[in-house]
Amino acid sequence: MRDTQEIEKSGNKVIYSEKVVVSFNKKKFRFSDWFAEKAIKAVAFLSIAIVILIFVFVFREAFPIFRMDKSESASGELLVQESYAGDEALNEPVKTTDNQVDNSNKVQATVVKPSSTLFSKTWMPVSDNPRYGLWPLFLGTLKVTVIALLFAAPVSILAAIYTAMFAKPRVREVIKPVIELLAGFPSVVIGFFALMVLATVFQDIFGYASRLNAFVGGIAMGLAAIPIIYTLTEDALTAVPKTYTEASLGIGASRRQTAFYVVLPAAVPGIFAAVVLGTGRIFGETMIALMATGNAAMISMNPFESVRTLSATIGAEMAEVVFGDTHYSVLFLIGSLLFIFTFALNALAEFYFKNMVIRRYQSKK
Amino acid sequence: MLYMNNIKVKVNNLTLHYGINPALKNIDMEIPEKMVTALIGPSGCGKTTFLRTLNRMNDLIDNIKIEGEVIVDGLNIYNKDIDVVNLRKRVGMIFQKSNPFAKSVYDNVAFGPRINGISQRSKLDEIVEYSLKQAAIWDEVKGRLHNSALSLSGGQQQRLCIARTLAVNPDIILMDEPASALDPISTAKIEELIHELKQQYTIIIVTHNMQQAARTSDFTAFFYLGELVEFNRTEIIFENPAKKQTEDYVSGRFG
Amino acid sequence: MDRKIKDKIVESLTGISVLLIIFIIVSILAITIVGGWPNLNWAFLSEFPKDGMTKGGIFPAIVGTAVMTLIMAVAAVPFGVITAIYLAEYASESSILAKTIRFAVKTLAVVPSIIFGLFGLGFFIGFIGKNIDLILNGGELKWGQPNILWASLTMALLTLPVVIVSVEEAIRTIPKDMREASLALGATKWQTIKKVVIPGSVSGILTGTILAVSRGAGEVAPILFTGAAYFLSDLPHKLSDQFMSLGYHIYIMSTQSSNVDATLPIQFATTLVLLLLTFSLNGIAVTLRYRIRKRAR
Repeated sequence: MRDTQEIEKSGNKVIYSEKVVVSFNKKKFRFSDWFAEKAIKAVAFLSIAIVILIFVFVFREAFPIFRMDKSESASGELLVQESYAGDEALNEPVKTTDNQVDNSNKVQATVVKPSSTLFSKTWMPVSDNPRYGLWPLFLGTLKVTVIALLFAAPVSILAAIYTAMFAKPRVREVIKPVIELLAGFPSVVIGFFALMVLATVFQDIFGYASRLNAFVGGIAMGLAAIPIIYTLTEDALTAVPKTYTEASLGIGASRRQTAFYVVLPAAVPGIFAAVVLGTGRIFGETMIALMATGNAAMISMNPFESVRTLSATIGAEMAEVVFGDTHYSVLFLIGSLLFIFTFALNALAEFYFKNMVIRRYQSKK
Repeated sequence: MLYMNNIKVKVNNLTLHYGINPALKNIDMEIPEKMVTALIGPSGCGKTTFLRTLNRMNDLIDNIKIEGEVIVDGLNIYNKDIDVVNLRKRVGMIFQKSNPFAKSVYDNVAFGPRINGISQRSKLDEIVEYSLKQAAIWDEVKGRLHNSALSLSGGQQQRLCIARTLAVNPDIILMDEPASALDPISTAKIEELIHELKQQYTIIIVTHNMQQAARTSDFTAFFYLGELVEFNRTEIIFENPAKKQTEDYVSGRFG
Repeated sequence: MDRKIKDKIVESLTGISVLLIIFIIVSILAITIVGGWPNLNWAFLSEFPKDGMTKGGIFPAIVGTAVMTLIMAVAAVPFGVITAIYLAEYASESSILAKTIRFAVKTLAVVPSIIFGLFGLGFFIGFIGKNIDLILNGGELKWGQPNILWASLTMALLTLPVVIVSVEEAIRTIPKDMREASLALGATKWQTIKKVVIPGSVSGILTGTILAVSRGAGEVAPILFTGAAYFLSDLPHKLSDQFMSLGYHIYIMSTQSSNVDATLPIQFATTLVLLLLTFSLNGIAVTLRYRIRKRAR
């Protein structure tokens, strides 16, 4: 090879005549490597510290509510006979102008331990005798979630079935990204849309009194949940081994029969996980609730009444609390509950999703 | 006979276990300096595993247990106090599938020198040019040193990987089936390259292509099921092997 | 015959569901565009609001959103990249530390956004801020109140999982043999990471950052009481200033403005701006991610 010899001739072998023999007989301590590893580990560890910090802090700020009972009830005395009792008063619809709670009904009531009011049916934190009944908030959240799921789950699942089982590949390539686009809408935009458009449309169709209510909020929340349920269901359906589908079609079943009697049952754990995750999203959704549900903490089974959800309560009232007072602690208590709920829902979904993966691999014998 | 050159690598009773499975059993071997030693044998016989023990690349795999010694230039590389990083600067490796970095041709070859602390542009230029020339690819890439290495053909990429290894100036070059993924012309170029390189480097090459082993190597080791069946000069292995197993393999009766 | 009819009905039902969803998406877009496009002009984007928010532009909201997401990215991206490097390069999958970190990341990803706001208020403002004031200013209130710094940090916590997941995915697409090549040349682990892995993951880092910024621009709950404001006469100049934000602006204006008719066009236009911003960011990120996945093949 002429090239090499030419180098030798022109004396360019200088580099290699000063060949330094690298010895490997003693382990060298390399500071940058050691430092990099330690630093990277430390930073990664911080992520755990953050989660624990958030968890501990939120729960800690909720705790004082039980301590406050002692300081407040010490000065408590029976003042006026309680007239804002539980059920009868609440059967009258509380008049609300959009998003503003009407407090004109408040009357004085007996001073009670704040923590015992947690189980009462009144949420009236801003009054002479504040009551922190969580039931209206729970119920509001439940109503909205149920409505949202009743709307979003069937629509998303059916749409996913179409995409995974009936659509031609070209069509599928278009549908999937378009629907996933919905996930890109910030929830404040969906809330805006619900407030401006949906509320009016539904009121025209159904003709009820409260323009913003559980129904409007629920449908809007459903919109936010659709991309999650859709995407995960579609994943679950396509994860079912193609051999199932081929076998079924091979014996003459139609695509519909294959989809519903063969693929769908196999994908049930994944679909369940999808719905559970969608539920978790709805539970924690704040902006849509603030903008479209009417924000009235009341107990009613009517879906067309205004409601207040747990997260909206935090969002609406956090700005007006004093650090450390009872109201503050209760809001943190609500936050803790939300944390627990969404965490539990997520764990549930993971459990089912993991099982689905294991089952799928096992069945591939 | 065997001892015309110095012994570069001496392997003593090397045994390697993947978990509970023995992949290499009691290997004893003396690899001569500045010659080409080929490792042949059917798939799964342990030749690649053996190759990787010579630069401790097996350390990257979990659950591996190694017993015995691998002595390079008088030092057992499996001693506790060995600096593995420096070892790999002395024992380079070319992989089966060429794996250039997603960088320019120049930066690929300059990678080794740079991590060794050479940053002066003129020096790097020299080393890059020399290495590419040694790898017989200089003429083909000298006009596109700053193009991405991935834009080269398969054969060129492999020669680039060889240049990259040469730039670190190792003593020993391990080659794991370097031409198996290449077309015949590129293969021929690489075989020619190996012939040139052995003047300066000790080369140990794994190959499943017996004709290649016969063409390029001075010594051949025949592995079967994790054991070293026979090791001798290539001519002897192919024309007059001592063991029947060896004869069966090289004459194509199995493999 | 009977079965074929059933087939058709069911297929149509599922197809209608798809159409329904697409219809809703298109409607939201269409209504926003129709309502907002007429107002979208350079003046709108570059002017301050006037006349009690009924006229003028949303310039401060755009700037506020931009600055906030910038600070957020500066806080979240390095942290996320380093954590992703740990998970992909240093952690052995069975180690307790690795499993706990993955669990922590997953938990962060599903915590409702309002909880972050709660944490930001109680911890950053009520604890850290207050104590800074005690130590530095003798109790005078400066850091113990909502401002752009606390809001950005709160948002950084929210978007951290997004960055970690994107970067880790990109790191894992770098083939093993490139790492082996580097090690076989005598590079140390850190040298390999610094010179081979990180340069190869730049597109993943970009994707993660863009997704985080998009999320940060759209989420309102975390900044409700950690720093966003509605009536500000000036742009934020220091970290202790409050700021206006597109999402917050839409929220307040649509729920609490006194003159709905006058502000309605502005609401639509602001929503349109936010949507355009979010969608273009998401679009870029998705394209990048597609390219990363293609490279992996």
